[in-house]
Amino acid sequence: MVKIRSSEITPEHLFFSRRRFLKAGALAATSLALGACGPRATPASSGGEAETTTTAAGKTTDELGGALTPYEVVTNYNNYYEFTVDKEGVAPLAKDFPTSPWTVQVGGLVKNPKTYGVEDLLTKFTQEERIYRHRCVEGWSIVVPWQGFPLAGLLQEVEPTSDARFVRFETIYAPDQMPGQRDPWYNWPYIEGLRLDEAMNNLALLVTGLYGKTLLPQNGAPLRLAVPWKYGFKSIKAIVKIDLVAEMPISLWMAAASHEYGFYANVNPTVDHPRWSQATERRLGELGRRKTLMFNGYADEVAYLYEGMDLRANY
Amino acid sequence: MLPKGVLREAERRALRLHCISLRVRGAQSKDAAIITSMLQLRFTKFQIAVHLGSLIPFGVLIWDFFGDHLTANPIQEITSRTGKTALVLLVLSLACTPLSTVLGFHAALKVRRALGLYAFFYVCLHFLTFVGLDYGFDLELLREAIFEKRYALVGFAAFLTLIPLALTSTKASMKRLGKRWKALHKLVYLTAPLVIIHYLWLVKSDIRQPLLFGAIVALLLLLRLPTIRRVLKLPALRLPAFRKSRVKEEAQHESRLSA
Repeated sequence: MVKIRSSEITPEHLFFSRRRFLKAGALAATSLALGACGPRATPASSGGEAETTTTAAGKTTDELGGALTPYEVVTNYNNYYEFTVDKEGVAPLAKDFPTSPWTVQVGGLVKNPKTYGVEDLLTKFTQEERIYRHRCVEGWSIVVPWQGFPLAGLLQEVEPTSDARFVRFETIYAPDQMPGQRDPWYNWPYIEGLRLDEAMNNLALLVTGLYGKTLLPQNGAPLRLAVPWKYGFKSIKAIVKIDLVAEMPISLWMAAASHEYGFYANVNPTVDHPRWSQATERRLGELGRRKTLMFNGYADEVAYLYEGMDLRANY
Repeated sequence: MLPKGVLREAERRALRLHCISLRVRGAQSKDAAIITSMLQLRFTKFQIAVHLGSLIPFGVLIWDFFGDHLTANPIQEITSRTGKTALVLLVLSLACTPLSTVLGFHAALKVRRALGLYAFFYVCLHFLTFVGLDYGFDLELLREAIFEKRYALVGFAAFLTLIPLALTSTKASMKRLGKRWKALHKLVYLTAPLVIIHYLWLVKSDIRQPLLFGAIVALLLLLRLPTIRRVLKLPALRLPAFRKSRVKEEAQHESRLSA
């Protein structure tokens, strides 16, 4: 092969023009990249219209003083693989998702199995507002004022039998309306589970709304779970079935990657995800990171559930 | 002393002659093609397209930053966008050599360095976003994040391997290092698999895309193996149509010039 060094054949002015071009590009790049650190402390959406960050009751923070995440963020940044893995793509895809009529079958090892229309749940159980921190296993968190009712109330009504040890939740399977469910990579429908005593804890909330408004499809309408001391993926959305069972249910994420996603999935800064640290998190709307709290700051309410358990083994 | 324009014309004439003599001596059309394209423009349209294409993701990023279109989790978004762009550009830079040796698309060689440097540029943004924007240069957190998490560790290693390559990308370095330059730049054959592993280990369960990129990188690296190259250099496997048309183009160009 005949090799010619290009330095022998490239006229000098050509060299220099190219050099200038690259230099100019690099300069522009660095100044812009550095600029990126400065201008704003809260990069979350600021489209001009006032953001909703206050509940109907006038609250603006959780009990630890953390600011509520704006309604616009909570309703436009969603991890909901049934629609898409693109967090900002969920809201547009879920826009026309039909949430009525909707029934929830509660059964399994119970004395009074029953199918509820979602509107019955709204009237039968007193709806209350709860401001919860929501910590995603991916390392980001938000603070959300949910409305709903304790799961315990529903379970008491159907009366679990003495054999019932776990609660198994199932999301609707509707690949026609949920394009993500057409992806065969995951074992649809979404399944989640709680130990019965966890489910009876007063923090476990069945959610029907947020910020005083009816729950939107992208947030799991018409009925979802909120278990704030666990990673977000435990808070299953669009529930159609709740079963009391004897054996530990295998959740969708346990089936997809059992060494990474366990049944308990309690927020725990000392037990890292095998691939990334869980010691810190980024609150959406804040730059920088904050320390993740044990049980997401709900240790007083839930630590008793795990006394004597090895939380590293039961991740 | 000759005026500037005349000098250039003289240079062009010399190059043209050199080019023709190369072809007469039966040299690879690659060299001839490179010289021919140099004769025509400072930057070929293809080069301009590559530079613009490589800068577009950065332009879009800046645009989205100032327009608040980086989702509610902008740091995450910047990290994933810069990482993805760097990966694509790295793969494209690795594709240049096979494009020339296997498909005869020799113009690719002219953009190889630029693609590599753009990849490095996005890798730097990616790294700075991680250590600066995400971890606020907190060394304790970074030590934990980089050295205790395997995906971050291999990503960091890939970044380190790219530094000497970027630093020695100049013509002067090529000259100074001579044969060792080529040996040094084979380091990219380590970088690419590290980058793929980095990607593979950071995704959540669905590894289809990392595997796709892995397959492309594997193919591009395999095409460099002497055994495989020998097989592919069989005339039947090359694309004679492209080469013929290229030679014809050059001949036409020359006849126009001499006319």
